[in-house]
Amino acid sequence: MKVVVCVKQTPSTTAVFSVENGTVSWDDPGGKPNIVNPWDEYAVEEAIRLKENHGATDAIAISMGDESSAEALKTCLAMGCTDAILVSDPAFSGSDSLGTARVLAAAIKQVGDVQVALFGKQAIDGDSGQTIVQTARKLGWTPLTSVSAIKEIGDGSITVERLMDEGKEIVQAPLPVVLGTVKELNEPRYPSFMGIRKASRATIPQWTAGDLEIDGAYGGAASKVDWSDVYAIPAREGEVEIIEGDSIAEKAKKLVDRLFEEKVI
Amino acid sequence: MSGVWVIVENQNGAISPVAKEAIGAARMVADELVEDLTGLVFGEDVASVADAAFDLGCDEVIGADDATLKDGRVEAIGPLVVTLAEEHEPDVIMAGASTRGLDLTAWIAADLDAGLMSDCIALEVDGGTIKATRPVYAGKLLSTVYIKDGVQVLSLRSRAFSPAESTGGSGTADWVDVAVEEDGIPSKVIGIEEKGGGVSVADASIIVSGGRGVGGPEGFAPVRELAEVLGAAVGASRAAVDAGWIPYEHQVGQTGKTVSPDLYIAAGISGAIQHQAGMRTSKVIVAINKDPEAPIFKLAQYGIVGDLFDVLPALTEAFSERLG
Repeated sequence: MKVVVCVKQTPSTTAVFSVENGTVSWDDPGGKPNIVNPWDEYAVEEAIRLKENHGATDAIAISMGDESSAEALKTCLAMGCTDAILVSDPAFSGSDSLGTARVLAAAIKQVGDVQVALFGKQAIDGDSGQTIVQTARKLGWTPLTSVSAIKEIGDGSITVERLMDEGKEIVQAPLPVVLGTVKELNEPRYPSFMGIRKASRATIPQWTAGDLEIDGAYGGAASKVDWSDVYAIPAREGEVEIIEGDSIAEKAKKLVDRLFEEKVI
Repeated sequence: MSGVWVIVENQNGAISPVAKEAIGAARMVADELVEDLTGLVFGEDVASVADAAFDLGCDEVIGADDATLKDGRVEAIGPLVVTLAEEHEPDVIMAGASTRGLDLTAWIAADLDAGLMSDCIALEVDGGTIKATRPVYAGKLLSTVYIKDGVQVLSLRSRAFSPAESTGGSGTADWVDVAVEEDGIPSKVIGIEEKGGGVSVADASIIVSGGRGVGGPEGFAPVRELAEVLGAAVGASRAAVDAGWIPYEHQVGQTGKTVSPDLYIAAGISGAIQHQAGMRTSKVIVAINKDPEAPIFKLAQYGIVGDLFDVLPALTEAFSERLG
């Protein structure tokens, strides 16, 4: 049984953004500007655990992106993934979630014999979380999102706990499946020193459009969605009103009056 | 292509709050497009839900009442919406961005080869096109997006839109058969555990949050006391969660929950950009902090500079008096 984990390289969580004419750029004065999407770390950890504890033969990280995404894949290798594949082609650039799903589905098929494909909840750049279910549709596999625990896996089936808005549900489905993970699933490990050394020497294979049998359209021209209009959040109008008073009790009372006037209570 | 469709997510015979908001927003879109609004009501024993959908402003209701639809599985409902959409060719399909709503809209868009805009926080109709505002880059930037052609599929963030209100409307639903029988649905729900006690941050209209300033697990006591008086949820910054003072389910921010309550009270939270990303769409923000230079004051409408251990109990008392 092979397990695949799809990861995306994203801006770091502390990145500072600027937008000019709809072009977004960022830098991180305190560290690396790009990282493995933080939500994907839970999926990577679970892929490695499926290998360590549940008999998966391979835990393969796949990233679709430009060549710099190889860095994110090296982090996955350093954490303990057995292989990494960069899916990269200028023709993929500008794909919407469905185009991305078609490319990823083709890559997962190309790996062959995959029983579980793991994803993070969403990427912290596009923030859409749509690719999980759409990749499952393109593969014809069962999608299970918001997975907070894998209860059982084996004998051609998987049982998971899903964190829903109204509580939890336990779901059983035949393999293969596409899993969307959430933070409650595990505690991602740090890359080991040995892992980092090994990953730094690894050559990561690159698959281009010509290497894959992609069913349907992808790339910017095929994108159904126009998201070119990106802008900074308009500054809030007006300044904060600091509530003053002779005593804490008086300040508290004044604030309560204001909040009733605002009709938010 | 004509018609605006809205998924009426429901549970135990009641329409979920996010679906009421979706109906409200869909009604606005339908009126602007001068098209009919159709509610899609799926579940088991959902006749009363169909009536409620008419009352909330749907012109038509397409319903399906079957045991396979009870659990809200995307593998049961997805193919049904896709089949119906291929038959009726609606212009717009909308749903609340709940876990199920996100799954369902992604499924529908994939099968219909349609554009999808998820987790929208504002909508505007421009000609026949919906322009949707959605937060990107973990809420640090905004984007106005639209679908270039074909059916427009979108999901709406919880609490970003006003819920539909009773119109007194009524009608007769068009009841249809399911698209897939139980044998054709691979996944089985074998257990359900409903959430017990307390208001969750995701759907609270008021949130009282504590951060590093609370100093320890016991420091959340005054936060909880104020939350209790207000019927509010207890939130927390990542610093407080990482320190082990409060469980992760309370975390608000980039790697926690994104919330937009009517009132957000931040106590002892400096307001790191990652925290702001999770709460900046709150309607009114109150900051309580010892440090008058804390970034949270730049975001807040109201602030009290002071020790949260003095200010929170005073607020609890002042609210108790006003609320009786």
